[in-house]
Amino acid sequence: MTREITGAQSLVHSLEAVGADVVFGIPGGAILPAYDPLFDSTRVRHILVRHEQGAGHAAEGYAQATGRVGVCMATSGPGATNLVTPIADAYMDSVPMVAITGQVPSASIGTDAFQEADICGITLPITKHNFLVQSVDDIPRTIAEAFHLASTGRPGPVLVDLPKDILQSVTSVLPHEIWPPTLDLPGYRPIIRPHSKQVREAAKLISASRRPVLYIGGGVLRARAAAELRTLAELTGIPVVTTLMARGAFPDSHPQHLGMPGMHGSVAAVTALQKADLLITLGARFDDRVTGRLASFAPHAAIIHADIDPAEIGKNRTADVPIVGDCREVISELIAALAAEPRPDLEGWWRTLDGWRRTYPLGYESPADGSLAPQHVIERLGRISGPETIFAAGVGQHQMWAAQFISYENPYTWLNSGGAGTMGFAVPAAMGAKVGRPDATVWAIDGDGCFQMTNQELATCALEGIPIKVAIINNGSLGMVRQWQTLFYDKRYSNTELGTHPGSPRTGVKRVPDFVRLAEALGCVGLRCDSAAEVDATIEKAMAIDDAPVVVDFVVHPDAMVWPMVAAGASNDDIRVARDLAPDFDYSGDVEVNL
Amino acid sequence: MTRHTLSVLVENKPGVLARVSGLFSRRGFNIESLAVGPTEHPDVSRMTIVVAVEDLPLEQVTKQLNKLVNVLKIVEMDTSVSVQRELMLIKVRVDPSVRSQVLETVTLFRAKVVDVAPDAVTIEATGTRDKLDALIRMLEPFGIRELVQSGMVALGRGARSITDRSLRAVDRSA
Repeated sequence: MTREITGAQSLVHSLEAVGADVVFGIPGGAILPAYDPLFDSTRVRHILVRHEQGAGHAAEGYAQATGRVGVCMATSGPGATNLVTPIADAYMDSVPMVAITGQVPSASIGTDAFQEADICGITLPITKHNFLVQSVDDIPRTIAEAFHLASTGRPGPVLVDLPKDILQSVTSVLPHEIWPPTLDLPGYRPIIRPHSKQVREAAKLISASRRPVLYIGGGVLRARAAAELRTLAELTGIPVVTTLMARGAFPDSHPQHLGMPGMHGSVAAVTALQKADLLITLGARFDDRVTGRLASFAPHAAIIHADIDPAEIGKNRTADVPIVGDCREVISELIAALAAEPRPDLEGWWRTLDGWRRTYPLGYESPADGSLAPQHVIERLGRISGPETIFAAGVGQHQMWAAQFISYENPYTWLNSGGAGTMGFAVPAAMGAKVGRPDATVWAIDGDGCFQMTNQELATCALEGIPIKVAIINNGSLGMVRQWQTLFYDKRYSNTELGTHPGSPRTGVKRVPDFVRLAEALGCVGLRCDSAAEVDATIEKAMAIDDAPVVVDFVVHPDAMVWPMVAAGASNDDIRVARDLAPDFDYSGDVEVNL
Repeated sequence: MTRHTLSVLVENKPGVLARVSGLFSRRGFNIESLAVGPTEHPDVSRMTIVVAVEDLPLEQVTKQLNKLVNVLKIVEMDTSVSVQRELMLIKVRVDPSVRSQVLETVTLFRAKVVDVAPDAVTIEATGTRDKLDALIRMLEPFGIRELVQSGMVALGRGARSITDRSLRAVDRSA
């Protein structure tokens, strides 16, 4: 007699077979059948989150910290729609993720049934692909295809929608017996190996260049090519800039690293791109936050653009040498091709770059009233917790300071929401990273605004034994929005004050919520720090606790701003190192780079 | 803006049309016409999409289309090396005084009458966009009561086929 299993068992067995060890999720009506066999699985750990958005960001944090596919699960209707934000986030940042959702029974689809939402339709533009499973026999193959699509080529989120009747019906297709199932993806053929002629062409341009820059994006991390990048950089002596998505792809302490380019990039990184004669663009996509006004971006540069996604090449900036391929393959082949070419002469270029670095280092001022500078807190966090620590940030000023003032020495130690800019990313992403890398110290650097969007996952952390640490950079407001109001809206602070400070001058509201008491209510240790003298001791105290999540309320000066800055839509040539202060690029003494 | 005709081979699966048409609107392109149907291989459908767009954005939309997992192949049909046809049905008001004039026009355009009523005829016509536009102009004075068009279909001239290799890929994976 043939053995039969239910669709729900088929799903759980398939997850086991594909190697998923953790699922973040919340049960509900339509997905309920799947939770019964999940209860018995010894190989798949389910972590019960408090909101589906938390499940999605946790899967992203897990994926980015480990390089494996992150998995989240939700029921139909509102459970599935609560996953929409993290799915969109994973799509923008090319994070390998599989979302599994319950759906109303097949016969009820289209009838506006209870908790019905067309989640495949809703996520069409924000997934790499999605599936509505129509036969119980298809479950193993669909799960295998979803993981394959999510993790190969340009990674991204894939959603699998499972009607309840499919989960409940029986099948004789046993995942463990047929694994790996044959994939049916005739239209999916990612290009991994670059075209050798293009690589040789790129090597020639590199060799002949005088002011080249390696413009490094998140694709280098997705391709796990940090070691190859370092070899390429050291072989050629070319300066490196790492975008917000690529922080950690090249050691910050490396003498060839100019820092982060973009709206809040270092003067040296931004200006090097502007004055370059060649950009070697690897896994980056000429995003508007990097290029500023596109028409005036790097006007003198020839462009080598390597990306695994052909649609990125030529999308925003025309490439002189387009290369389609996986960044690790591209860099390895470039290294080989460069052996036949002379090393570029970059002496004059480095003299100029070093001048910019010396004159315009990243910096900040300590507030005159003795209150805490947020940049100081973040700088000390990086120093004290060390280069093996994983940092996850929310979105806003604290995110930019965390990208600027922590020295990232290792890949996969910086997790943030770059493309989508999703507030509330930090706490659940840190949770997911800690689950994937339990031996690593994981800090969430969060804002007082972001923290209030997803802090309920600290309850998950407390109960599931996931001891993350959270540094709230509490400036009492939606800081980045307030910075724009300061600069562009005549200091009219419309709806940006949050009342999380000890005493708001305008409203008199005191500490709503009180983050220390909130942390304690969520089963965490709550600490507070409001003076520079206590910063190190507070961080060390938090570092010493590893049996519970810790939340530190760093009460910082409300007026600190992120500098340098290129205003939205402005040219990168108009970078400001501080308000009304433009750098003075006088390099007329250097014939080599006089443009 | 230039008019381009794309032949898109897709897997014959539910929801593929929504994926393709959604991509056009999402990336800001207007579809002028779209025709879809199965090919000689039951697992493969062929869409013929006409868009008015400059060359550079067309390249971008083609690349984005290629990223859709269910899309097998995209070929641009150059008018000079392909046969492009549309089908049109037009219902024209005819009273006995103009009936012969209308039928003369039908003959001139090598169209045919497929339904007759005392005060109307329905005409079937195939041809290029230009020919059908000309026919509409000729019939307008009589009074067009109703008109429906199929959307363009196109096939490359000569013996070569764009489906050969894609179909082999589908066979392999099946």
